[in-house]
Amino acid sequence: MRRGMGAVVAASAVLLAACSGGGGAPSGGAAPSGLVVGATSDPDTLYPWKATQFQAVHVLEQLYGTLTELDADLEVVPGLAESWQVSEDGRTITMTLRRGVTFADGSAFDSADVKASLDRIRDEATGAVAAASLASVSGVEAPDPTTVVLTLSGPDAGILAALASVNLAMLPSDATEQALQATPNGTGPFRLTQRTPNQSMALAPNPDFWGGAPEVPSLEFRVIPDETSIVSAMQSGNVDFAVFDDPLVAQSAEGSGLTVTETPQLSYHVLQLNARRAPLDNLDVRLAIQCAIDRQQVLDTAALGEGEVIGPITSPAYRSDPAARPCPQRDVDAARRHLAAAGHAGGLTLSAIVSQGEYATSVNEATNIQAQLGEAGITLNLDVLESGAYVDRWVAADFQAAVALNGGRPDPDGMYGRYFTSTGNLNKVAGYSSPALDALFAQGKATADPEARKAIYQQVSAELENNAAWVWLFTSFTYTATSADVSGFTPMANGSLKHLRETTVGGS
Amino acid sequence: MIARHPLVRRLLEALATLLGVAVLVFVMLRAIPGDQVTASLGTEAAALTPAQRAALEAYYGLDQPLPVQFLSWLGAVATGNLGASQRSGESVLQMTASALPITLELAVLSLVIGLVLGLAAAMLSASRPNSARDAAGQAVGLAGLSVPAFLLGSALLALSSRFLGYNPNAEQFAPLATDPWLHLQQLLMPAIVLGFGLAAPIMRTARSALLEVRSQDYVRTARGKGVGPRGLALRHVLPGALVPIVTMTGLQFGYLLGGAVVVEQIFSVPGIGRQVLLGIQQKEYAVVQSTVLVIALTFVLVNLGTDLLYRVIDPRVRE
Repeated sequence: MRRGMGAVVAASAVLLAACSGGGGAPSGGAAPSGLVVGATSDPDTLYPWKATQFQAVHVLEQLYGTLTELDADLEVVPGLAESWQVSEDGRTITMTLRRGVTFADGSAFDSADVKASLDRIRDEATGAVAAASLASVSGVEAPDPTTVVLTLSGPDAGILAALASVNLAMLPSDATEQALQATPNGTGPFRLTQRTPNQSMALAPNPDFWGGAPEVPSLEFRVIPDETSIVSAMQSGNVDFAVFDDPLVAQSAEGSGLTVTETPQLSYHVLQLNARRAPLDNLDVRLAIQCAIDRQQVLDTAALGEGEVIGPITSPAYRSDPAARPCPQRDVDAARRHLAAAGHAGGLTLSAIVSQGEYATSVNEATNIQAQLGEAGITLNLDVLESGAYVDRWVAADFQAAVALNGGRPDPDGMYGRYFTSTGNLNKVAGYSSPALDALFAQGKATADPEARKAIYQQVSAELENNAAWVWLFTSFTYTATSADVSGFTPMANGSLKHLRETTVGGS
Repeated sequence: MIARHPLVRRLLEALATLLGVAVLVFVMLRAIPGDQVTASLGTEAAALTPAQRAALEAYYGLDQPLPVQFLSWLGAVATGNLGASQRSGESVLQMTASALPITLELAVLSLVIGLVLGLAAAMLSASRPNSARDAAGQAVGLAGLSVPAFLLGSALLALSSRFLGYNPNAEQFAPLATDPWLHLQQLLMPAIVLGFGLAAPIMRTARSALLEVRSQDYVRTARGKGVGPRGLALRHVLPGALVPIVTMTGLQFGYLLGGAVVVEQIFSVPGIGRQVLLGIQQKEYAVVQSTVLVIALTFVLVNLGTDLLYRVIDPRVRE
């Protein structure tokens, strides 16, 4: 049942290439046209270290570069660092930087910029959203212009994948946040040429990009706030490329002759349980909930079956086996037995928070879970909240259960360390920790060998599932819609649009 | 004594209305859970240390007591400073100066379309009550009332894009000054959608007004003098029916500004409706408060204008 994500991604790329009209395209030597991407909103910030909104990330990853990058399987590959060496004890990472890289303003990129960037991200006053990714870094040295040495307080095998995030982008050492908000200045494949707030971001290829100049003569992110209107704009030929997360919108796009590619995402739909609050502090109650829920049914009713049932870890290399849990299939009798064991034979009432409007499927998931739990004797009351209110309560861990869609990361340590280690900054929200998990996460960080790490994170996954810390449901697809003359784009499981730099439009 | 003057009284009423709107919007915005910190960071806000959170709150001015926040905003507005967007740094005055004219244009276009459609349907209906014509006219009114703008708008856009390949709204918005032709095309579809919704109440009001006027003595006299049906309708019946139609249209202007939020979103028109919606989504308090105040002011002015218009078209109001 497990499908290799790499195969899906590779197949998608082939599909896109096949649909690019390579067969009957008129090769009249027409100038290649620019690529127009439809986006529902403007980036809310142009400062890479603070960007969490995906529209902002989509734009910023075109403008800025990172030390490492991820390939289609989300394995770490070189970025601005062309190679690196990890010391025997895992406490020193020596990186060799590419030569001849420049920022958009023409200034040279070197080890001083790397040191300044990493030091400022680590400084709490900067307010960088990914500061925690560098928690293990105790010092950064720049012995010569092309060498950077990271000293770690302890081994941290996940850090190389973390460095690929645009939230850890390399900025010029003298750049201020205000200056970059006005004029981005990065080493990325594109450069900003014009911005009309809330309407458009126009980019031009960077001819000096280390990976070769992008193929398209121009790249525009055009704001069309309504997804349905984006589909219309693609039908009329004004927009060439868009990313949707609503399967209904994707279907309407597909129905109108656009090429739509689906990619399973790292982010996951989950029923979070707050195991620090009665009655969920009882393992049997949590297992009862796990046994009462048929994940496929939630997926089918709430998301038209558009997605895949999952366990905790979603990244391709470490993917959890969705069947590896006490109740791999729905088992209402087992749920009732667990309830009785917990002393709730007569039933039980719980409440869950649900956000409205944050993502398309939330309320439907919640009502389906409510119905399924009801059949097992668990009454679930839903607090349907506007997204701001939901976030407030989620952040404060002010809930028994939460229907949530959480972001995933390529490395399982980066993904769950902050939730499920007792010192993690989201552990309050996770509502569960244990000495066993603390030990496993520490071990995972200290192990450099990929195969050995996979075994450790399999145990992490088992620990989470056996204790029903949460009930993981499914992962959604992201849909990449392209018009017929677009080719060469490879979608990625982390939602990255970094391959726009290899994309072409028209008869090229 | 001076407060008794109708115009002065109207102005005082207008000021009170604006103050009421200011208080309401301020309170409602803060009643919505979540603030700029959570709006900009989402669930990542959970990872903030208390010190970081406090610093951000101070940055957004959220650490002041509510009455202080309110009065300092109102004081600034009184001096013409509407505040600024925390995200872009652009002043709300600048944003409004570029967005409001677009929405007003849209409103005027919609009014024209709504009036033409509504009056035509009304005259068709009223010319022969309870006939097939009447039913057709009434159907237009019913459709306008019952088809929501977002549905009509999306459908119009989808059909036009797919079957005609025509979708000016997918292009970057063209300012009137640089490309008036494209600009007009971009406003046309949203204006049709808004105008269609506006046609319904205008049609219903006009139909009953026309029927009432037709039975008046002076119309009968004119008919007796042998004035033809067309001359009768345009020269005698319509002017008599204007007062309720103007009243209705003035009141509907508020609907137009509300409907603008929906159509501007669907048709990517950077008007005042989208400015408010974006402000609400991003919890930009200053943007929403000041923009809503500007919208309220516009509405108040339009209603004052409507009052003045009465004096012109209906001599009986002048007492």
